[in-house]
Amino acid sequence: MLLSAALFTIGVVGVMVRRNIIIIFMSIELILNAVNINLVAFSNQLQNAVGQVFAIFIIAVAAAEAAVGLGIILAFFRNKETVNIDEMNLMRW
Amino acid sequence: MGEAIAFYIIAGFILIFAVLVVTAKEAVHSVVFLVIDFLFVAALYASLGAEFLAIIQILVYAGGIVVLYLFVVMLVNLKRPPEAYADPHRRTTLGFALSAAMLLEIGVIASYGYVKPAPALAAVAAPVTGNTEEVGWLLYTSYLIPFEIASMLLLVAMIGAIVLAKREL
Repeated sequence: MLLSAALFTIGVVGVMVRRNIIIIFMSIELILNAVNINLVAFSNQLQNAVGQVFAIFIIAVAAAEAAVGLGIILAFFRNKETVNIDEMNLMRW
Repeated sequence: MGEAIAFYIIAGFILIFAVLVVTAKEAVHSVVFLVIDFLFVAALYASLGAEFLAIIQILVYAGGIVVLYLFVVMLVNLKRPPEAYADPHRRTTLGFALSAAMLLEIGVIASYGYVKPAPALAAVAAPVTGNTEEVGWLLYTSYLIPFEIASMLLLVAMIGAIVLAKREL
């Protein structure tokens, strides 16, 4: 569980600190992995496979998220020629 | 005892490679570290008795998602590094502070769990016949509707990605 917390925190640091949006997406994958580790650890401890079922759902959602997010990155890069999130201020008021 | 040692070794590698993912200069190096990290997480699943999930992790993450990332890194060939332009309004220290606060919070919760351990639940599950059978049984009986919804979500995501990646948006 501490491992999961530490991995989660590394992912959050990645999201907050890096400017390359691809690396930010990878950090999000790390966060989802941390949650999965937690689910599997408790599933092992309680001898109950439901946690693993939920981990499978999380993997499916992560795959969907990665596909859509990378599509958005590609579309954005084609328009603006950047992957720097500081320059992604189209919707800023 | 051996299990504990294996757990700590795997955990150490997971954390090291996670840090490398976040700190790598080049996005390609970051992707490679991410693959290694996912493989170690799969090893951790296997050591925790979740063999099916370990296989899924390798197939979906290390096989599918990472290839997707590599394609995007390849398509997005940069003329100038994204870190060159620094936003003067950016608050990196605030990001670190928020992350540290969250780690503290999670640590407090975890230590609270250690101080007052949850009552040990009696093993109510059916006798374990095999991990894959068990997960598959649950997935197709109790969790059939979420399973179908997840497949629907994947379909929608696939169509959405195709639409987004089309030439003329």
